[in-house]
Amino acid sequence: MIVNFWVTLGIKMALVLGVMLVGALVSIFGELKISAHMQSRIGPYFAGGRWGWAQPLADGLKFIQKEEIIPDTVDVRVFKLAPYVVLMGTMAIYVVIPFGPDMVAGNLDLGVFYVLAISSISTVGVLMAGWSSGNKYSLMGGLRAAAQLIAYELPLVLAVVGVVILAGTLSLNGIVEAQAQWQWFGVTPEWLNVIPPYLILQAVGFAIFLTASLAELSRTPFDMPIAESELVMGYLTEYSGLRFTMFFLGEYAGMVALAAIASTLFLGGYWLPFVSDDLLNFIGPVVLITKIALLVFLFIWMRWTFPRLREDQLQQLAWRILIPVALANIVVTAVLKVVF
Amino acid sequence: MFEQYVQDYTTVAAFAFLGLFLVGAGVGLSKVVRPHNPTPTKNSPYECGVDPVGTGWSQTHIRYYIFALLFLIFDVEAVFIFPWAVQLETIGMFALVEMLIFIMILIAGLVYAIRKGVLKWE
Repeated sequence: MIVNFWVTLGIKMALVLGVMLVGALVSIFGELKISAHMQSRIGPYFAGGRWGWAQPLADGLKFIQKEEIIPDTVDVRVFKLAPYVVLMGTMAIYVVIPFGPDMVAGNLDLGVFYVLAISSISTVGVLMAGWSSGNKYSLMGGLRAAAQLIAYELPLVLAVVGVVILAGTLSLNGIVEAQAQWQWFGVTPEWLNVIPPYLILQAVGFAIFLTASLAELSRTPFDMPIAESELVMGYLTEYSGLRFTMFFLGEYAGMVALAAIASTLFLGGYWLPFVSDDLLNFIGPVVLITKIALLVFLFIWMRWTFPRLREDQLQQLAWRILIPVALANIVVTAVLKVVF
Repeated sequence: MFEQYVQDYTTVAAFAFLGLFLVGAGVGLSKVVRPHNPTPTKNSPYECGVDPVGTGWSQTHIRYYIFALLFLIFDVEAVFIFPWAVQLETIGMFALVEMLIFIMILIAGLVYAIRKGVLKWE
């Protein structure tokens, strides 16, 4: 039994590591290509022969060979530790993402809550990076990042509460099953739930969740922490070589992870109608990955659609609009749940 | 039950370790391949190519500390809201009214903070 557990754990770790790395590389490639086409460029073209598909790999290989410059002024220990903390937080999110009824590394009872808690660990890593660099840009960037991440953590958490109220469970598998079994006024046929019920009932929550995840990922329009035109690269300014790559990888792995959480919570996750649980273990990952790809495309699209927000506008958006709206969403959902 | 609990959190620990290992392996591999050739100029902190002025830990106005305080209040609230959200269906009306009062108090706090002007930057 115990031996069995360790073997399964090894397989799970290998699979999830593969999903994470491939997901991150594909998102990086998607970012390069989609950005290029949205700006009437061609983008990467040569690496790998066709469409330049090997560009992210080539970048990675090149980064490995690059000298790592650690300036004299940095606090070396903290500086070196920061990427570990960031990637540890991102990796730990993947534990609870359900790819199928049994295709989940660990179906924690605390599911959603665990995701929200563990994803804030990366904030500590970012603040460590900004502070330890001994550079003015890094310090400003690190502080901005910390302020932004905590401000948008709240709408993110509060937007999820609506889903938890409807599903009545915190486990991510439980939430997917609740969406599969959702009944409109008690009579809905199963196939209708292909249109995700929570996308309609929690449309406000979904919008808030997406906005807040963009901010949590520090992507444009919320990329004040690494605003190139004023802070060079923010908290990443002094990083070079492979440590920089690790931050970069963590960012895209985080994007895939948050997209997966959003698809699970609001878009029905791995579920398809008329498919037995056994078959869902094979088809589920494909369904989920399609949804993730859609959301990642949306994230990239938004980058080329919205201009960057100023720092105080950014805080105003979180505290004045998103948090009150999220609270209102909770109240309305709770009232409807109790009344009906 | 307890065994399941231990297994779940062993998985979590294993994945966190996998994250650490990934960075460690990458950095270790790169250490073998990459050149290492520091010079004093190369090792000076980056300030757009000019010699750095003062130290990197310059005095900064941390306007954000007030957000940290607000965050603390709301984050604790979120911790209370989750168990309530799970149990709402079983407890029903009583829980609903209770939580409405709780949220009202918090909104009053947020409105007070906004009216006090903590979000305004001059």
